[in-house]
Amino acid sequence: MKRLLPLLVLVLGLVYLGSTLVPPPTKSEFDLRGFAQLPVLVDGRIKPLDTVARNSLLMLQGRQRFVAPDGTTLAPVEWLLDVLFNPAVADDYPHILIENPDALAIFGKEQTEQKRFSYNELRSGLPELERQMKLADPVEEAVRSPFQREVAKLYQRVVLYDRLKASMNLEDSPDLLAEVLRLKEMLPAFTTALREKEAGRSYNQENFKMATAFRDRFQFMGDSGYLMVIPPGADNPDPNAWQKMGDALTGSFSRGAVNPDAMAYAGLGHAWRLKQPRDFNEVVRLLTTQLALSFGSELQKCRAEATFNQAEPFISSMTLYVLAFLLAVSSWLKWPDPLQRSAFWIMLLAFLVATAGILIRMWLEGRPPVTNLYSSALFVGWVAVALCLVLEKIYRNAIGVAAGGMIGFCTLIIAHHLSQSGDTMEMMRAVLDSNFWLSTHVLTIVIGYGSTFLAGFLAIIYIFRGTLTKSLTKDTADALTRMVYGIVCFATLFSLVGTVLGGIWADQSWGRFWGWDPKENGALIIVLWNAIILHCRWGGLVKQRGLMILAVVGNVVTSWSWFGVNMLGVGLHSYGFMQSAFYWLIAFVASQVLIIGLATLPLEKWRSFQTRAA
Amino acid sequence: MRPLLKSFLHFFTSLRLTVVLLVLSLLLVFFATLAQVNLGIWAVQTKYFRSLFVTAQLPGTELFVPVFPGGYLIGGLLLLNLGAAHVSRLRLSWAKSGLWLTHFGLILLLLGELFTGLWQKESMMRLDQGETKAYSESSRQIELAVIDTTDPKFDDVVAIPTAALEQLGTIQHPKLPFRIHTTTYHQNSLLQMRRQVPNVPPSPADQGFGPQLVVTPLPLTYKQDEQNMPTAVLELAGADGPLGTWLVSPLLTEPQSVTVQGHTYQLLMRPTRHYYPFSVTLLKFSHDRYPGTDIPKNFSSRVRLRTPDASVDREVLIYMNNPLRYGGLAFYQAGFEPNDRTTILQVVQNPSWLLPYISCVLMFLGLVIQFAIHLTRFIRKRTAVAAAAATA
Repeated sequence: MKRLLPLLVLVLGLVYLGSTLVPPPTKSEFDLRGFAQLPVLVDGRIKPLDTVARNSLLMLQGRQRFVAPDGTTLAPVEWLLDVLFNPAVADDYPHILIENPDALAIFGKEQTEQKRFSYNELRSGLPELERQMKLADPVEEAVRSPFQREVAKLYQRVVLYDRLKASMNLEDSPDLLAEVLRLKEMLPAFTTALREKEAGRSYNQENFKMATAFRDRFQFMGDSGYLMVIPPGADNPDPNAWQKMGDALTGSFSRGAVNPDAMAYAGLGHAWRLKQPRDFNEVVRLLTTQLALSFGSELQKCRAEATFNQAEPFISSMTLYVLAFLLAVSSWLKWPDPLQRSAFWIMLLAFLVATAGILIRMWLEGRPPVTNLYSSALFVGWVAVALCLVLEKIYRNAIGVAAGGMIGFCTLIIAHHLSQSGDTMEMMRAVLDSNFWLSTHVLTIVIGYGSTFLAGFLAIIYIFRGTLTKSLTKDTADALTRMVYGIVCFATLFSLVGTVLGGIWADQSWGRFWGWDPKENGALIIVLWNAIILHCRWGGLVKQRGLMILAVVGNVVTSWSWFGVNMLGVGLHSYGFMQSAFYWLIAFVASQVLIIGLATLPLEKWRSFQTRAA
Repeated sequence: MRPLLKSFLHFFTSLRLTVVLLVLSLLLVFFATLAQVNLGIWAVQTKYFRSLFVTAQLPGTELFVPVFPGGYLIGGLLLLNLGAAHVSRLRLSWAKSGLWLTHFGLILLLLGELFTGLWQKESMMRLDQGETKAYSESSRQIELAVIDTTDPKFDDVVAIPTAALEQLGTIQHPKLPFRIHTTTYHQNSLLQMRRQVPNVPPSPADQGFGPQLVVTPLPLTYKQDEQNMPTAVLELAGADGPLGTWLVSPLLTEPQSVTVQGHTYQLLMRPTRHYYPFSVTLLKFSHDRYPGTDIPKNFSSRVRLRTPDASVDREVLIYMNNPLRYGGLAFYQAGFEPNDRTTILQVVQNPSWLLPYISCVLMFLGLVIQFAIHLTRFIRKRTAVAAAAATA
């Protein structure tokens, strides 16, 4: 049994992973998968509607899971379909998150259990929200009060919802398809009337009036819509010339024909509203075949992205990291060998899943792995776990797995929270749009972060095992010391080179090598701290325990550089600005200080080393 | 004397000093970063890094006392410590070659930063589409330009830095037939029309725009998006006696003139200009956005670079991460005006710009060698242990 344990655990892990790849059983007769994979251009990137649905849900209500008023859980695209095509239903969906009691007061509501509200529930307070937004708008973002910040966030949510609704539908239209068909039928007459009027000849007044009414309606739809769903026609050489549906319909007058894709989407909405799955599925099939002709590779990426969204590899990886950590810690108490090997295999599995996730993101984006704060969190964890696998291979004492499991889990949790603000594959602002520097400077810096954290977490294992358990033998302590020392060397190399490369990038783009910008200073502080650890060690100023304490301080230093400086809101690098994480940072620093306090307990109070102390 | 010298040397070569200095620099960087929230990056650079001591004002007095070693002091001591350690303690050997390389790279890096602080000159060149300029303008320094416009073919300019005006003395320039005496100088100020501010004492100026204006001194600003606007009151006096009193400020963009001995001189306070032996013409500025968004994808300026003798005459595209380097200067795409027709190029002159590149390579090699030596030693030891365990 014990010998087979690692194999058994590995198989269970694989079965679990396999289950995430299988699409959830759907009772719907509609081809939701096909719809989810349709590409649209939003925020500068072509992405599947599935991503649009998930990100919109995150932005509106802070989570992807949506529960309809009747208690059923809707898939993100099902929710999106109702918002796009069936606003009468969607206006009753409780999907607008309000947490701040002062913001609730705008709508005359008191704080209760309910945190998410429907558009209809908020409707009467919208003019007041708009007034509050006008008051908050002139205030700079960094100095807004919590109430003003909440107002701005809430206003954005309402605007997003309004714009989604106007993307493929006219709210006051009982049936957009009927309108579009009418337009198609009358278009020759309309264009004649418009042309005659322009030329100053006599024209059919009724047709002219109807034509301008149509045009104004579609123009309004184009102005208020959000999603660019209509791909450029075959005659258009610019592959980025996607259009909003309203604009495409307005274009019918100048082109003399109704855009077939716009008509298809109107038909899709009609079929969804009237619950006609056969028509719906047929339109989805038509749209897909049509798109495959000129946007084959985009369509393929969108398919992959929709599958990727649904499989949530980073969540599976997170679960496996926890399991690996638990197995590793158990191995110090019982069955050291089989549990250590099981832990190793599970961590390897988690690592491979995370690697696959990162690779897929790279392929979708066409970018190196780190492009924003979210992906830096993914990669910090990845680097640390990769190093842990090496350590574990050398030492086989489960310490690498415990540290790796812990860091892997923590960084993925951080990434998960960072992803709550919307699309994690956003476009790169001009100065960052350089794959060369993203893959040299940014990667080395992030490897520096990851390895400095790893040294700190290894030190935490040393401190906890030493003070709280009797399991820290002299051999284990010595091994841990060598690990921490080696990792600090590695971290010094990468953080130093990364920092200097950053300076060179700055010299290339801003004309100065070093500007004492907060983010640069943050990186420099990590280098300095690692250099301090090494020099202390070489000078004999610290022994084992001192080294561990210094490494834990490294955690504080790194977390400050990674997140703290972004909270200052100054400097050229301040695009990574964020606010809510501040309290988490404080909590993390406090925990590290406590651990350092624990480590400074006199050795007699440690549970390990008792024989030596005696 | 001998033991004293020895302990002195011991102090400067010790690793303990290195660690102390590293900790001090870490704290300096940390506090300087926090201080940027209130002071802005530029003020912090001078106060914390380009100084021997960080000073603080004693509350209730005008007295500034040093509270922390500044960048120059810590950097200088680090250099001394490093140099001394290498001379006396660290032997030149293959085992230490990585250390030597790393430290040498570090010395270059520190020196490079020192030289940059001493020699680097930064200025801006603002160009509308079609405009040609042979000069750039400082973004922080202001000068008083006295321009002899008598000859329609060229202007003869005497530029006086504001630092000279600040001392409130009299300035006599051989090219000018009059003396300039500064009676008042404000480092930052606000100008208002006199009729908008009732009940203020009469203006000290009696010529040009001055009589219609009221000057209100303002405290110095350190904000990144604000500029200090100095104002000076100048008494001009020729050989035949006083010519009058003028108020000058960069807020007054139209020149004021004075005629002396048949020559017309314009008085203009403006950003300090740096002239170059070549000209730059903006042909086209482009601001690309991602489709359907306002997220900037790229900024670029197509410019024409030309020398008066036409030996250089070429078109260059300056864009993000791709500056134009010419004549010891580098031109960077720094900004633009909201009209999307005006580009702002940052012009940097830094003779020591190559040092960080060299030191980067040296330090990388040094650390790789150093840690590779450690690693091979570690692996050899482990295999030895494993072999011993196998035979045992």
